[in-house]
Amino acid sequence: MEVIRTENINKVFHDPVDVRVLKDISFTVNTGEFVSIMGKSGCGKSTLLYILSTMDTDYTGQLYLKGKLVTGNSALQLAEIRNRHIGFVFQFHYLLAEFTVLDNVMLPARKLGAKSLAEIEHDALEKLRILDIAYLAKKKARRISGGEKQRVAIARALINNPAIIMGDEPTGNLDSKNSDNVLQIFRKLATEQQMTLLIVTHDEDFAKHTDRTIVMEDGRIIS
Amino acid sequence: MNWSVLLSISRIHILSRIKQSVIAGLGVTFGIATFIVLVSFMTGLNGLLDGLILNRTPHVHIYNEILPSKQQPLDLYSAAENSLSFVHSVKPKSTAARIHNALPLLKILQGNPQVLGVTPQVTAQAFYTAGTIELNGIIHGINIQEESRLFKLDDYVMEGNILDLENNNNTIIIGAGVAQKLSAGIDDRIQLVTAKGNVVPLKIVGIYQSGLADIDNVQSYTNLKTAQRIIGEGDNFITDINIKLHHMEDALPFARNMEKLYGVTAVDIGTANAQFETGTTVRNIITYAVSITLLIVAGFGIYNILNMFIYEKMNDIAILKATGFSGRDVKFIFISQALIIGLVGGTLGLLLGYSISTLISHLPFETEALPTIKTYPVNFNPAYYFIGVVFALSATFFAGYLPARKAEQIDPVDIIRGQ
Ligand SMILES: Nc1ncnc2c1ncn2[C@@H]1O[C@H](COP(=O)(O)OP(=O)(O)OP(=O)(O)O)[C@@H](O)[C@H]1O
Ligand SMILES: [Mg+2]
Repeated sequence: MEVIRTENINKVFHDPVDVRVLKDISFTVNTGEFVSIMGKSGCGKSTLLYILSTMDTDYTGQLYLKGKLVTGNSALQLAEIRNRHIGFVFQFHYLLAEFTVLDNVMLPARKLGAKSLAEIEHDALEKLRILDIAYLAKKKARRISGGEKQRVAIARALINNPAIIMGDEPTGNLDSKNSDNVLQIFRKLATEQQMTLLIVTHDEDFAKHTDRTIVMEDGRIIS
Repeated sequence: MNWSVLLSISRIHILSRIKQSVIAGLGVTFGIATFIVLVSFMTGLNGLLDGLILNRTPHVHIYNEILPSKQQPLDLYSAAENSLSFVHSVKPKSTAARIHNALPLLKILQGNPQVLGVTPQVTAQAFYTAGTIELNGIIHGINIQEESRLFKLDDYVMEGNILDLENNNNTIIIGAGVAQKLSAGIDDRIQLVTAKGNVVPLKIVGIYQSGLADIDNVQSYTNLKTAQRIIGEGDNFITDINIKLHHMEDALPFARNMEKLYGVTAVDIGTANAQFETGTTVRNIITYAVSITLLIVAGFGIYNILNMFIYEKMNDIAILKATGFSGRDVKFIFISQALIIGLVGGTLGLLLGYSISTLISHLPFETEALPTIKTYPVNFNPAYYFIGVVFALSATFFAGYLPARKAEQIDPVDIIRGQ
């Protein structure tokens, strides 16, 4: 079953002059697939990912999530879609610095409001345990290391059991040990929990361990 | 919507910047406290000054004004109709100072639903004599109980008992100035010499001090009968009727109506005391202007702090939006931060304002002019505390709204790319 499908997505930046950074992007990601995106710097990978994650709505073409058209939805609907269906892991460790690790992981679930606070806390601890960082739960997010932060971010992405996890160079800022660790986590999620993953990376080694690699060049998918 | 998440985010934001939040809150606290103190003190003072006049001034005063006739005999003479006529040295017609048919008029007034109360008065000129000195005086014959009920006369009787005046003829309550000049006290006797030359001895049963020297130096009170006797007139001799209405605003039309219906002179309180309204208005304007200025300053403080918060929390805003919080949620988070600061600051402001007001209300304030006042007048009207809270919340809401709208519109992609 398809999780993400795009039809002829084009994106033009108008500043300072009109530049078409995405050209006729059409592809599909199916359930349980672990897909990587590679390509030279500046070829439009991040731009594509922002569109797929529904944060950027300024494009032409269609984006489908689980078969439903997402393009043209209201900002409020898109926020709900991000909350419920999409987990996002950034290159930089984007956590709320003043909050504890546990609070950070719990936030998207509290926003969703589908479960009681106790259940959410239980789930969050479970996710932290899967990522071997349960012992950090009560620490302030700004007091943990970069590798730990990235694992917390993954736990947060998992908390609402999303349809897909997207990552923009999630290992780009980590040393090789931590970056291996994150790869292992993704690998495990894909094989053991049939999690769908779409990860932008510059790391050949990382890409080799994924099910499929989409290669981009100059705003186009070339393979 | 799950408000508790958003509120817990605001709480953590505020706590993580507690120093700045406290400073912003203190701005509101001082703004509100100043408002409360100013408004309580000013309106207390207004009440006191108004009371000084209002308590003692009838809403409508009926009397018989001595005036030259509007129509001179020449005007009735038809042969002079078309010529220009001059009458020199016009003198008032000789009419009695009493109100015509005063007793039936009193009855009618007492039955009027607009009227709170009516008191008849007899005003007589006389001299106070003691030994060789003679002092000018005005004697008011009054119904002392009604006068106390409607015009708080008892508040100004410093010594003695007003009921003695009610129960005994040939008694008098004299002004403090008169008492001092005659060096007379309670139970002493003084002699009155009336305009017609009669000498009337009276017993002093009270000393009266209004605070206005002009009054205290000349005015005295007796009961109606005594006053009527002094000027040698009967029961139906009434020179003034003082009316208190249920609603002061009705005074002017009521007075006009009385003049039309009964041919008397009726003066309403607005006409008699035009200046005191102006004083009240000016004091109110000053109070509100100062308070609103302070709150605007406090509002700018909050605006600044919140702008700074939002600048510092760009990353948080981007993360929240990326993980599914909507622009509206983010706006709510920041507005609620402003409102929390406003509410806490405002509540502390009310407490501080109340404490200072209480302190002021216990400060001694003794003056010859205001014999019944011992401490500074402060008005503890709960309405001002309510206005204070509304002020605090609306000022902080507006101060928070603009930065919060900015946060609502932040594009998370811009922030994430910016890293
Ligand atoms: N806000 C913007 N305005 C104008 N041009 C932009 C903007 N953001 C990105 N670009 C351009 O769009 C192109 C694609 O950028 P994008 O960030 O998607 O590249 P990328 O493939 O993610 O590169 P990298 O591997 O270095 O992250 C680049 O040429 C970039 O200069
Ligand atoms: Mg990129």
